[in-house]
Amino acid sequence: MQIIELANPTRFLSISARLMPVLVGATAVCFVVGLYMAFFVAPPDYQQGETVRIMFLHVPSAWLAMFCYTIMALSALGTLVWKHPLADVSAKAAAPIGAVFTFLALATGSLWGKPMWGTWWVWDARLTSVLVLFLMYLGLIALWRSFDDQIAAGRLCAKLTLVGFINIPIIKFSVDWWNTLHQPASVVRLDGPTIHSSILWPLLVMALAFSLLFLVLHLAAMRTEILRRRVDRLRRLAADDRLQQGA
Amino acid sequence: MIGAVFLRDLRLGGAGFIGLTFFLALVTIIPFGVGPDLNLLARIGPAVLWIGALLSILLGLDRLFRADYEDGSLDLLLASGHAIEGVVLAKVAAYWVTTTLPLIAAVPFFGFFLNLEPVAIGALVVTMAVGTPGLAFAGAIGAAVTVSLPRGGLLLAVIILPICIPILIFGVTATRAAFTDPDPFLPPFLILIALTLFGAVVGLFASAAALRTATR
Repeated sequence: MQIIELANPTRFLSISARLMPVLVGATAVCFVVGLYMAFFVAPPDYQQGETVRIMFLHVPSAWLAMFCYTIMALSALGTLVWKHPLADVSAKAAAPIGAVFTFLALATGSLWGKPMWGTWWVWDARLTSVLVLFLMYLGLIALWRSFDDQIAAGRLCAKLTLVGFINIPIIKFSVDWWNTLHQPASVVRLDGPTIHSSILWPLLVMALAFSLLFLVLHLAAMRTEILRRRVDRLRRLAADDRLQQGA
Repeated sequence: MIGAVFLRDLRLGGAGFIGLTFFLALVTIIPFGVGPDLNLLARIGPAVLWIGALLSILLGLDRLFRADYEDGSLDLLLASGHAIEGVVLAKVAAYWVTTTLPLIAAVPFFGFFLNLEPVAIGALVVTMAVGTPGLAFAGAIGAAVTVSLPRGGLLLAVIILPICIPILIFGVTATRAAFTDPDPFLPPFLILIALTLFGAVVGLFASAAALRTATR
């Protein structure tokens, strides 16, 4: 099956309807296993104690925050280059989900920062660039909501999304470029992960669970958006009919 | 009549989401300008949040009467025989609920960004809850005066910002007094209440008069 076959919204709806129960089941299993490992298998840190377990929510949220924006940027390319009819649906559906993951990353990081750093918030490069990412999500959502014509909105939002993508590498490498309070990357790095496997495995399972959750939410939001546009069209057609009958 | 206009404006919503995002953006860029020194941010924090709230309130105000003016419902409201002051009251109240209440609710979170103490955050919420209705009423004058102009947004801010200065002064003074020891909190706070009440009366009648002139 190629991605072009998904271009037909009706086919997309039928395929995603069949895929949905499988994905929901996989997400639930991953969350159960991941949370069990995070709370009962992973050892407490010798310095941070039990608070280190916040990491199992914080790090996947932050990854997903960036991943979601990457999906939006790819969708923006799909809208502008290939004019794929579902690309702008995907971009629009991803924005609120990405905003929530970014908010979760900021909130869990803040809760972790209070006992570890002694403050809820510092203006260091990593934290600030993620806050900017959150702002860009909100700006894009506001732009989507300001248009009636969703096709025109899609093309404009796609351009803005691509411009904002410049922030993603900045977030990723901010901990290496600047000397920050936030610790440097310890999982995704060229010379292999630097954290012990007893923590790495729960983290990876949680990351998989979060990714599946994103996929489920994204598909559901896309289906909702397609149906919403259809309802909108039918309403307009019905209003036109009534107008002609009256005239 | 007042209730009907109020409920209609509540249902239409407004610039609440954009206003809140603008507020967050303002708070975010301040440390880029003044540097990330947490002690300095804690000192200027109350002023930053007050100015941010003031600008966010002004941002959405140019749509307060404009949308109704453009689609003609303002003419109908004026021709209905009811006192236009009541319409202004309802619209300002709905604007305050949809746009300003979210700002005040967000202040505790933004306070963490600026390293504010809990006492300062509490004082900010209380003074803003009391002071921002005055800002909305003052802004209504600007919205009414510029209602028929094609690009009234910036002009509105220019007209209204000087009028808002007293509320800003006493709002920030009262907030600061709450967490600086020798300064008393109550006098500036009472003056703030008085300013809001005064602004409500003047704003109500002035914007009603301006609306009558603008739609003639």
